[in-house]
Amino acid sequence: MTATQEHPTFASGTAGDDPAMAKHGMTLTLRVWRQKGPQHKGKMVTYQVEDISPDMSFLEMLDVLNEKLILAGDDPVVFDHDCREGICGSCGLMINGIAHGPEQTTTCQLHMRKFKDGDTIDIEPWRATAFPVIKDLSVNRQALDRIIQAGGYISAPTGTAPEAHSILVSKKDSDAAFDAATCIGCGACVAACPNASSMLFTSAKVTHLNLLPQGQPERDDRVVNMIAQQDREGFGGCTNIGECSAACPKGISMETISRLNHDLLGALRAGARPKS
Amino acid sequence: MPLDLFAVGDPIADTKAPTDVPIAERWSTRRFRARLVNPANRRKRTVIVVGTGLAGGSAAATLGEAGYRVKSFWFHDSPRRAHSVAAQGGINAAKNYRNDGDSVHRLFYDTVKGGDFRSREDNVHRLAEVSVSIIDQCVAQGVPFAREYGGLLDNRSFGGAQVSRTFYARGQTGQQLLYGAYQALERQMAVGTVEQHARTEMLDLIVVDGRARGIVARDLITGEVSTHFADAVVLATGGYSNVFYLSTNAKGSNTTAIWRAHKRGAYFANPCYTQIHPTCIPVKGDYQSKLTLMSESLRNDGRVWVPKERGDTRDPREIPEDERDYYLERIYPSFGNLVPRDIASRQAKNVCDEGRGVGPGGLGVYLDFADAIGRLGRPAIEAKYGNLFDMYAQITGEDPYETPMRIYPAVHYTMGGLWVDYDLQSTIPGLFVIGEANFSDHGANRLGASALMQGLADGYFVLPNTIGDYLADGPFGPLDDTHPQVAEALGGVQAQVQKLLSVNGTRTPASFHRELGRLMWDLCGMERSEEGLRKALDRIPEIRHEFWTNVKVSGEWDTINPTLEHAGRVADFLELAELMCVDALHRNESCGGHFRAESQTPEGEALRDDGEYAYVAAWEYTPEGAPPVLHREALEYEYVHLAQRSYK
Amino acid sequence: MVTVTQPGQRRTPKAAKTNSVAKKAVVAVTGIIMVLYLIAHMIGNLKVFAGRESFNGYSEWIRTIGEPVVPAQTTLTIIRIALLTVVIAHGWAVVSLWRQAKRARPQGYVTKKAVAQSYASRTMRWGGVIVGLFIVYHILDLTMGVVNPEGPSTTPYDRLIAGFSNPFITAVYVVALVLLGMHLRHGIWSATQTLGQSNKRREKTVNLFALVFSVVLIGGYLVVPFSVLFGLVG
Ligand SMILES: Cc1cc2nc3c(=O)[nH]c(=O)nc-3n(C[C@H](O)[C@H](O)[C@H](O)COP(=O)(O)OP(=O)(O)OC[C@H]3O[C@@H](n4cnc5c(N)ncnc54)[C@H](O)[C@@H]3O)c2cc1C
Ligand code: HEM
Ligand code: HEM
Ligand code: SF4
Ligand code: F3S
Ligand code: FES
Repeated sequence: MTATQEHPTFASGTAGDDPAMAKHGMTLTLRVWRQKGPQHKGKMVTYQVEDISPDMSFLEMLDVLNEKLILAGDDPVVFDHDCREGICGSCGLMINGIAHGPEQTTTCQLHMRKFKDGDTIDIEPWRATAFPVIKDLSVNRQALDRIIQAGGYISAPTGTAPEAHSILVSKKDSDAAFDAATCIGCGACVAACPNASSMLFTSAKVTHLNLLPQGQPERDDRVVNMIAQQDREGFGGCTNIGECSAACPKGISMETISRLNHDLLGALRAGARPKS
Repeated sequence: MPLDLFAVGDPIADTKAPTDVPIAERWSTRRFRARLVNPANRRKRTVIVVGTGLAGGSAAATLGEAGYRVKSFWFHDSPRRAHSVAAQGGINAAKNYRNDGDSVHRLFYDTVKGGDFRSREDNVHRLAEVSVSIIDQCVAQGVPFAREYGGLLDNRSFGGAQVSRTFYARGQTGQQLLYGAYQALERQMAVGTVEQHARTEMLDLIVVDGRARGIVARDLITGEVSTHFADAVVLATGGYSNVFYLSTNAKGSNTTAIWRAHKRGAYFANPCYTQIHPTCIPVKGDYQSKLTLMSESLRNDGRVWVPKERGDTRDPREIPEDERDYYLERIYPSFGNLVPRDIASRQAKNVCDEGRGVGPGGLGVYLDFADAIGRLGRPAIEAKYGNLFDMYAQITGEDPYETPMRIYPAVHYTMGGLWVDYDLQSTIPGLFVIGEANFSDHGANRLGASALMQGLADGYFVLPNTIGDYLADGPFGPLDDTHPQVAEALGGVQAQVQKLLSVNGTRTPASFHRELGRLMWDLCGMERSEEGLRKALDRIPEIRHEFWTNVKVSGEWDTINPTLEHAGRVADFLELAELMCVDALHRNESCGGHFRAESQTPEGEALRDDGEYAYVAAWEYTPEGAPPVLHREALEYEYVHLAQRSYK
Repeated sequence: MVTVTQPGQRRTPKAAKTNSVAKKAVVAVTGIIMVLYLIAHMIGNLKVFAGRESFNGYSEWIRTIGEPVVPAQTTLTIIRIALLTVVIAHGWAVVSLWRQAKRARPQGYVTKKAVAQSYASRTMRWGGVIVGLFIVYHILDLTMGVVNPEGPSTTPYDRLIAGFSNPFITAVYVVALVLLGMHLRHGIWSATQTLGQSNKRREKTVNLFALVFSVVLIGGYLVVPFSVLFGLVG
């Protein structure tokens, strides 16, 4: 593809066409990881995009690149995304060496006003054995679902629930459980961790459920099995580096890791062992 | 008024609700009369559930617990990413924890009235009954709802309701409810009752001998198209707001599953009923890829206004009080800024059409917190809306504490969907439809916080009880790809994939999607007129034709290829859009989210025509060229009396 | 019907035979035991200021505790075995976690920036290895005397004076001690986290304690070589 190619114009614009935008648009050099599939080797490929408005989101900037690529008959860059409002956890790119880029938010909520005309931006996928690359910037994060399968739930078959007000939960515990429960499963913690550990993800779920009275009966088995699964999936072990929490778009705190450790050691002392 | 655009078929009716008993007993009666499948036999019944949102996730988990063999499909990488995750505000339930006069009957009443008398009473009453159990279920799963200091669940009032019945988890209620269902689902996957098919998109429904027997699906990673069989198929694939291209729905939200089922014989009910949410962040430029909702709760303290003069481009802070038009407070003195969604949206459009809109392109109105900040102090506003203000600042780069927010309506929810009876079964035996994908409970307008309620009601409590009655006749025997009806469906999907890749034209799927969206927004959006709809009906087939001759999809079929996925979805939107316009054109009345320019009161309010249109419009698909067939389901109101809504 | 296994989807790997958190707890517990030893050792070292007899006497005393109830060197042997076990356990757990981390990300990033990690946390592993090598050297030097300028057949005091009179040897000690200080600065905080005793409220206190403790401890060690080097002792 050529670097100077015009970005396509469409039969129809949408509201807010602003001719002034063209003049103010930024030109950026993107170095993007391209990898055809899990079995292929990948490499960084350089592209240029023009007319980038500071109000665009990072993904909208990639849309511009992709429209160019499609029209040129090239393979567009594959990346995961869906809600584009920071809640589904689909998106996630390593941007200039930082998970989700220079702001502590999701990639879809990062806006181009964080960059300057003429910048070069490196874009890579999450890298971890447990997150094999599917293609380009898209990785398979089902390992996180399997950690949940190992115990990240409360067994409450439909129809068996007691009246909601029969168990009181202090506001403090409930709020702390909520804070941990906001984890969106994006995997940035794994991507950022020098050990590629999913500890922050796992600890957020353990903290959420173990803080609530409803979560008590399964608390020991939950933590033991989730950690066993995390190790089995090929994630690294946590050595308390703290990169994860700094990259987490939901600000999950390191305290959750301490809480997991506490619960795990308690469970092991109490004789809980992982199911094999 | 019969039009050249459609044909009229036989009326249709729900036959499952036991209307011989009073409404409050119908659900328990139906459960009692429905046949059961013996627990030992459930293993021998397979159910396909497509979708893992609140509806599909809760249904698959519950059916798995019950002992059925469940196969779950979704196009995301994880079930937890279904767009239910984005719901902010809350979920209604008639718990009456506030002792403020709430009851099942009041929730029922409010929902029927809120739906502008276009929903089925039986379904709505059941929804209100079941709402109570939903909260119990979710709390048991560990959903961290907001609580008071005493440890009890907190409630708020939402969407103009007069009682506090909305349960919430900060601004992330949908996320927390979805995680509850997701965790229950993962638990079933771990024990093996639910088989998982991630990143797999349903592209057709397999109907054999008149029964829904499976789906054709494409593995989005390998590109492989394959068939999957079952004794019943459940669609829980969400709403189709993305027919407008820009909406508050996720990029992947689509109509494909229900549209293909429609083409296989499931009737599509009320396709034109769309909900437009008044408080979204306005469009910035033509690169815009989606719109973001700002919670409705902002209207509790924000005042909506535009300049009195057209084309006034001054900084809003420099516009003096007497040159501002607080139009909602002016037109609706008693409800003011708190009028329902449809009214607030339409008035915003009106002032923008007059040329008084603000911001780029003149498509925006101010939502001003200066008064509230002055009255309550900034800390109070921060405590209430801090996360929303931050989100606004993140997206727009403007500080809403300093300068008024700019908001504009955006498409948000589709009340229409596949027609279902009281058992949530479509017109194809064995095809069940739940959640936003069906049309069932909201009539012409959905009240805030009731979609989550409906999704979970359907998935946890209704479907698992009603599907047994159908499965009791099963199992329906083995099938394989050589069966002619199966082979036809499989071949059709493969051919479409090949076709999309071979057109090799000059426009991207996204460009067609944008063009269609713009057209639908202009002509079938907040206000619809016969002239506009006819124009749209002329134009849509042209766009569709151009699509099939000039679309460009690069890449291969046998790897992950988002452009190919998108192209397939746009193709379906291009067909659905036409039916939406036909439905909007034939319904020559205004009701709920459907506002026809020809049908308004002298003051410009929506004017219903109960004599003509108190029915559900269920559309039957006919092959291209033949007009769709309208089947009417008459709506009778035994318990809530028809009345005109008024918010003056 | 076809059920496809997607490429890029991992097969479920072999049964759990690791438990990274338990291993980490081994690191923490052994670390803490070593810290306790280091406190005692530091205090013992300060006896150097009390003169040759006192220092050698301390060395002698440590070898004869419990006599004649138990044979000579019993207590010391127990301490040595315990320490050796602890060091090996610490090293084993650390190396095993290190390898797990390597396996967890075989292919690194082209560009990676550190956002939160401190220099101390980043140098835990190599710093630990260097400290480990130092310990070996140190034992050869002062306990066994084989690499000491004075040789094995002298008293510990003489070996010590001889060694630290050499600026080069002193430099080796200083580098090792500074690395050890950083190791502890992160390690003490990290151990509270690993043992599940850290939380937002305590974080500041624990960090401050770790810093003050490391500085005092290392300071306590460093006065000895510097005093020798500058002729204050000996
Ligand atoms: C921004 C926003 C805020 C909202 N806030 C509220 C609120 O506060 N209260 C409230 O009550 N309602 C709210 N709603 C509405 C409510 O969230 C939705 O109506 C509801 O969650 C829909 O749930 P669902 O299960 O039907 O579908 P979804 O959650 O959309 O799930 C669809 C599922 O189907 C799958 N799928 C779709 N098509 C296919 C296919 N072809 N093949 C395979 N899988 C497929 C997807 O992968 C997904 O798993 C909000 C909606 C939005 C957009
Ligand atoms: C300036 C700093 C230090 C001085 C002056 C010093 C001094 C000594 C001396 C004199 C001995 C010999 C004792 C004897 O044989 O009776 C000794 C032994 C030892 N030192 Fe140190 N030391 C220092 C730092 C350290 C450090 C940092 C460590 C560990 C990290 C350490 C670990 C040991 C060990 C393990 C032994 C062997 C004990 C035994 O089994 O006999 N020392 N030290
Ligand atoms: C006598 C000297 C030593 C002391 C006092 C000591 C102490 C500690 C302490 C307290 C911790 C923190 C435990 C935690 O994070 O929970 C720790 C961690 C660590 N130690 Fe040591 N240690 C010593 C020697 C070594 C040696 C010889 C090595 C190298 C092989 C080493 C490598 C590490 C590493 C890598 C960690 C980080 C934890 C991890 O990555 O898992 N340490 N140490
Ligand atoms: S803990 Fe944070 S970074 Fe990790 S998956 Fe959850 S939200 Fe993402
Ligand atoms: S960065 Fe990694 S080492 Fe632990 S504290 Fe975070 S998981
Ligand atoms: S796309 Fe959903 S979080 Fe970014």
